[in-house]
Amino acid sequence: MGIRFILMVNKQGQTRLAQYYEYLTLEERRALEGEIVRKCLARNEQQCSFIEHRNYKIVYRRYASLFFLVGVDNEENELAILEFIHLLVETMDRHFGNVCELDIMFHLEKAHFMLEEMVMNGCIVETSKTNILAPIQLMDKAS
Amino acid sequence: MSGGSGGGSGGGGPSLMDSLFQRTLDDLIKGIRLHTPGAAQSSFISKSVDEIRREIKSTDLQTKSTALQKLTYLHSLHGFDMSWAAFHAVELTSSPSFAHKKTGYLAASLSFRPSTEVLLLLTNQLRKDLSSTNQHEVSLALECLSVICTADFARDLTPDIFTLLTSSKNFIRKKSIACLLMIFSQYPDAVRVCFKRLVENLESTDNAQTLAATVGVFCELASKEPRTYLPLAPEFYRILVDSRNNWVLIKVLKIFAKLAKLEPRLAKKVVEPICDHMKRSEAKSLVFECVRTIVSSFYEYEFAVKLAVSKIKEFLLDTDLNLKYLGLQGLLLVAPNHLWAVLENKEVVIKSLSDVDRNIRLEALRLVMSMVSDDNVNEICRVLIGYALKSDPEFCNEILRSMLSTCSRNVYEIINDFDWYVSLLGEMARIPHCQNGEEIEYQLIDIGMRVKDVRPELVRVARDLLIDPALLGNPFIHRILSAAAWVSGEYVWFSKNPFEIMEALLQPRTNLLSPSIRALYIHSVFKVLSFCLHSFLLPHKPATSSSSKLVDEPDFTYSESEEEANVDLATTSSSLSKKNAFTRESMVNMLALVLTSLSPLAESHDVEIQERVRNVLGLAQLAQEEISCDLDNKEKIIDGVALKTSNLIRLINDALSEDLGPVSSSAQERVPIPDGLLLEDNLGKLDTICADVQLPISESFSLVKPVLTDVDSVSIRQNEESSETSAAESTSLLSEHRKRHGIFYLPSDNNQNASTSFPPANDPNERDNDVEDLVRLTEESLVLKRKSNLSRPRPVVVKLDEGDRLPITRAKTESNDDLISGAVRDVLLGDENSPPAPAPHSKVEKSEIGDSSRRKSKHRKEKKHQNVEESKQKSGGRHGRHKARQRADEGINVAVQIQKPVIPDFLL
Repeated sequence: MGIRFILMVNKQGQTRLAQYYEYLTLEERRALEGEIVRKCLARNEQQCSFIEHRNYKIVYRRYASLFFLVGVDNEENELAILEFIHLLVETMDRHFGNVCELDIMFHLEKAHFMLEEMVMNGCIVETSKTNILAPIQLMDKAS
Repeated sequence: MSGGSGGGSGGGGPSLMDSLFQRTLDDLIKGIRLHTPGAAQSSFISKSVDEIRREIKSTDLQTKSTALQKLTYLHSLHGFDMSWAAFHAVELTSSPSFAHKKTGYLAASLSFRPSTEVLLLLTNQLRKDLSSTNQHEVSLALECLSVICTADFARDLTPDIFTLLTSSKNFIRKKSIACLLMIFSQYPDAVRVCFKRLVENLESTDNAQTLAATVGVFCELASKEPRTYLPLAPEFYRILVDSRNNWVLIKVLKIFAKLAKLEPRLAKKVVEPICDHMKRSEAKSLVFECVRTIVSSFYEYEFAVKLAVSKIKEFLLDTDLNLKYLGLQGLLLVAPNHLWAVLENKEVVIKSLSDVDRNIRLEALRLVMSMVSDDNVNEICRVLIGYALKSDPEFCNEILRSMLSTCSRNVYEIINDFDWYVSLLGEMARIPHCQNGEEIEYQLIDIGMRVKDVRPELVRVARDLLIDPALLGNPFIHRILSAAAWVSGEYVWFSKNPFEIMEALLQPRTNLLSPSIRALYIHSVFKVLSFCLHSFLLPHKPATSSSSKLVDEPDFTYSESEEEANVDLATTSSSLSKKNAFTRESMVNMLALVLTSLSPLAESHDVEIQERVRNVLGLAQLAQEEISCDLDNKEKIIDGVALKTSNLIRLINDALSEDLGPVSSSAQERVPIPDGLLLEDNLGKLDTICADVQLPISESFSLVKPVLTDVDSVSIRQNEESSETSAAESTSLLSEHRKRHGIFYLPSDNNQNASTSFPPANDPNERDNDVEDLVRLTEESLVLKRKSNLSRPRPVVVKLDEGDRLPITRAKTESNDDLISGAVRDVLLGDENSPPAPAPHSKVEKSEIGDSSRRKSKHRKEKKHQNVEESKQKSGGRHGRHKARQRADEGINVAVQIQKPVIPDFLL
């Protein structure tokens, strides 16, 4: 399983989206998020975007006030994950128009829906923005 | 007002008002944001949860859906338990409205766990949605299934997934493929049904996304058991050459990294296309994947490695820190097979040791450690200690840790000069930030037991640590001090001045130690005392003689007078300081010191300390009697009582000087089980009795290692506190001590290393040109010349027959992976058995399969099993239909399948 979890966290360390591809209990999740977020927030722009934590590699990227963190296993290609994060942000940008923290907060279900289109079982299955957004646009039209 | 009554009705069902004035998710989020984090917010949230509990029971699906939405939000972002609402989520998935269904499925996939009780209720709904004509409903079900799949789901829904694998809609097909991975891992038998269709999707070139999903699945499968997928190499090869999708290529490269190790002919074939990608691609991710594949699996191909290293160099020199980091990682992968690549880039590596980014520093450190060999270990360690002193505490300890682990690798394989290494360990202990006390403690003792020749130096290092009262103030190195104390006691006959050791062991500041370590100190006092008494009372032998000799020579001439004995000692002892060591006066002083220092501790609350103190006091009193009566009346020296005492002391000393050796961690397994010992007896009751007793971590050397319990850590903390509070007191004590025992303090400017003449590791003068030093050193050492003559031969290191320090308990992982690959093998090789293979391939086939006749026979057996299963499945109506279609497909597949079992000639 390539991707194990995806987190979106703001500058204050509050989780704005959490998607896990393996089962962890609530306590484990909370502990994991706390540790990772603390590590990432302590780093600055002059430092690289990868950290090792427990048996995960964390690839993260900061967009304005929001951190996108992806936990992967050791085999995964870090640069590809960085590209994936960028693709995710671009996709959200296209849908929300200059996406910000609040968009994700108030449209959590949509954000999950986009992720589900892009990633299944920890594998990236869709990389075309149009394809990712097609079902969501359909839904928006219907409602 | 009715809203208020609705709120007050508590546990009852939802009122109409609840539905009408229900808070939406937006309201909830806004509300949370309005309240300041802390008490206000959490009370708001718990109020909202109460509302949700009511609303979710509503018969109105919209109300229920909104409630579930809110609950999912709170669960996912605020960590609220929502397992109680599982049934409602299942209920919503059956809603005719797509939006409600979506909410239900999202809640299920975010919150369900394998133990969720209502899980099975979802099976039917999933099946219904999987066969829905609306592709978005199918997609919802697939996505949910890929997260929450259990063995039951997988077994029940495999036929449905099987159908979807040939869906004409790519949208569905790719998702059902991605879902397969979960199905396989939960229910390996699904492989027999679905694998062929999965392979077909590998061959389809019409849709990039389907291919990406398929390759992703194979990448995961192959990472667990690559050999099984060798027959598919031609397909992967085609994708490697044809595909222009970087995501797919990266996955295929990962697969080849695994396969190439198994089949050298395959490696030869694919190395070219990989190099092509590396040269041509613009995408750094793909280039890096090529580099990683080459250096980890294709390191025998010189030209490919050269190309990869040149790419690594580009990465290292890039301004993008991510690329630099990955470059270092790539270099680390090259290092084991091509050290020249590290050498080429060593300047970057060594400069990276002082990078601002800790992760980059760590990678650089790992690389430096990979350069270490037995020729340059001294110099590199010296420079690294310099870095450690300059770095922040965290990285300093990282450096120390990697030095310790590199040097101790394979039972100190790279260490030739143990005297130097032991003194290095002593240096490490003195680094202010050092927190590796435990490892240093272990190594000091371990080396003492394994390497006989180093013991004199070890005792010297231990002495230097023990007599420095300042070190006692740092709780992090107490463990090291305990090792030093043990060494000083155990090998006391190497000591130049046992009296000095005795004073060090009894110095007042030892009260800063934790009880277990203090007990060890006191036990060392016992050993030193018994050694001194023995030397004093039975002095005809040189003190440095080994323990075995002491035991072997029974005819000691005890009756000689004391003066003669001293002369005797002086002539035999090589050590100058021992000449006048064991005078009566000094012994009397020592006994007095022991008695005055330890008497107060005889009532200690710690049983370990108390017991050991009593041992020492007993011996001291016994000796005091003997010596004082000796003083009173010299003629009575050979009276019965005295003789008895001396015999006793001799016995004790003999017992203590028995050599302790390293113990293999599996030693106990080799002890034959005595008759009448019931190991299988039921100890179940014991568990319940001991449930709340925390067992200490077992250590390999129980004799030596103080068991660290909770009490221990607490007391360390207490010590810390007390040392803080009485800082002023301790400094005054320290200066007093310095006045009294001035000779024991090491002069700060010139180290008294005359006997060994090692350069001090942390010489401030040498720190400035660290980088140049290290660059020069690695250069020298990497020119692969052996030092022609070592200054001294490497001492014997006692090794146990099996891997030392390696935990032998490797858990046997008999898992689903084996089952999956077994089933895959059946499917892949299945057709090769029945129809005769075409002529051109038969020869290769033999060479390929020849070595695995066992596998074949096994699989034939399983094939039978499969047939049984097939007939069983045929009886199930729906399932039989799929089966029939599958068999129809097989007709077409045969041609492909026949070629698949082995790698066709074009690859070889």
